[in-house]
Amino acid sequence: MSILEVKNIYKRFGRTEVLKDVNFSLEKGQVVSIIGSSGSGKTTLLRCLNFLEHPDKGMIRVNGETLFDADNPASQQESEIRKKRLHFGLVFQSFNLFPQYTALQNVMLAKELLAKELPDYKARKKEIQEEIKTAAISLLKQMGLSERMNNYPHQLSGGQCQRVAIARALALQPDILCFDEPTSALDPELTGEVLKVIKELADRNTTMIIVTHEMSFARDVSDHVIFMDDGCILEQGTPSQIFETPKEERTRQFLGHYQNDILL
Amino acid sequence: MELIMEQLPVVINSLNIGFIQTLKLFFVTLIGAIPLGLVIAFGSMSRFRPLSCFTRIIVWIIRGTPLMIQLLIIYYFPGLVLKNPIWGSGEEGRFLAAAASFIFNYACYFSEIYRGGIQSVPVGQEEAGLVLGMTKSQIFFKVTLLQMIKRIIPPMSNEIITLVKDTSLARIIALQEIIWAGQAFMKGSQGISGAIWPLFFTAVYYLIFNGILTVLLGRLEKKLDYFR
Repeated sequence: MSILEVKNIYKRFGRTEVLKDVNFSLEKGQVVSIIGSSGSGKTTLLRCLNFLEHPDKGMIRVNGETLFDADNPASQQESEIRKKRLHFGLVFQSFNLFPQYTALQNVMLAKELLAKELPDYKARKKEIQEEIKTAAISLLKQMGLSERMNNYPHQLSGGQCQRVAIARALALQPDILCFDEPTSALDPELTGEVLKVIKELADRNTTMIIVTHEMSFARDVSDHVIFMDDGCILEQGTPSQIFETPKEERTRQFLGHYQNDILL
Repeated sequence: MELIMEQLPVVINSLNIGFIQTLKLFFVTLIGAIPLGLVIAFGSMSRFRPLSCFTRIIVWIIRGTPLMIQLLIIYYFPGLVLKNPIWGSGEEGRFLAAAASFIFNYACYFSEIYRGGIQSVPVGQEEAGLVLGMTKSQIFFKVTLLQMIKRIIPPMSNEIITLVKDTSLARIIALQEIIWAGQAFMKGSQGISGAIWPLFFTAVYYLIFNGILTVLLGRLEKKLDYFR
């Protein structure tokens, strides 16, 4: 069974149709890259998965559980949505770290707040907090940030900030981790360190959806590539199918802009 | 000059008593207006149109008319027009009316500062909180609030310093604050009359108190310098 099934998603903002009949599915441990030009609906699709936007039509299922069904208003209750979001993690293009917290606190905050809802929180408070802290420290180490845990975001480079943001998303152990152009706000020099971390996650079979303009990276890391154009999935397949033998003229035209990048 | 030295102890004593009333009005206004401003800010940002329109009209009226007129209306209207003197008589009644006017007036100004502060926190902060499974109130208290406070301290400091001086407007309803106390020596009080210097001297009180406030607010601003 697929870990994620997205069926017939439609979304419009005013008169603009941003997503038109988007369908795809994802297996556990797979990495899917979504490529396409700006305004093709990639980011909106990710935002729909994370319930930051409500699709107008369609269905989203995770592990066979229907998280969203446009025909069923009960699936759209605000209180339910909060829990459903936790199936997904989202790493933003602009990091969106909380500036008043250190790297470590950024990673721990959400988990601590969620822990307060546990029935045995009061009795095991100390223990739970220790667990959360230990887990956060090990995540930051995994991101290569053991020296930077007590720094505030403004004291970190863009690449370091993005790695903190990845650790923060991982701390909640989402089923599927989404990346919205994770390196687009970074200097070319700093992109490498973030891509390396994502590659490592892929090697550990983390299920991921990556919206990216880094074509060679997408080709290298993905099991499946989706090409979006004008709100539709125009073409999808394995990296070699999409990058070497694209069927659609539009895909070829789009990839043409990246020729140098792919050859590297 | 000799005469002034002679009068000084009596005058200082009187001005001190007046200044205590000034301080009382100042602190009561702050304590009332800081939270009320937040309520008004949320009202004016409400997605429920009638509420936000209503709140914005109130804010427009309060900010668009002189505080002195508001003081006069709030103090005299219930008694003279409605024949229902809700404020009671004497100094206590005058203080209640002054406090009500000041709190409401300043809450409206604060609400606009808060609104600016809340709206200046990037949406990405709220979205990051949502995606991490936080509730709206957790996001407000744990994420947005401190960033908002940091941004509003400079404009709030400005308003607070203006408030110190605005308390003198309560003189218009004969509240016995420091200006009233200083003026009393012009008409004659405690054996001193025709003296204008006590009124001028009140400025020193405002100046020193505002000096202290400026230092304290500056420290608060510094304290939040640890993040950007």
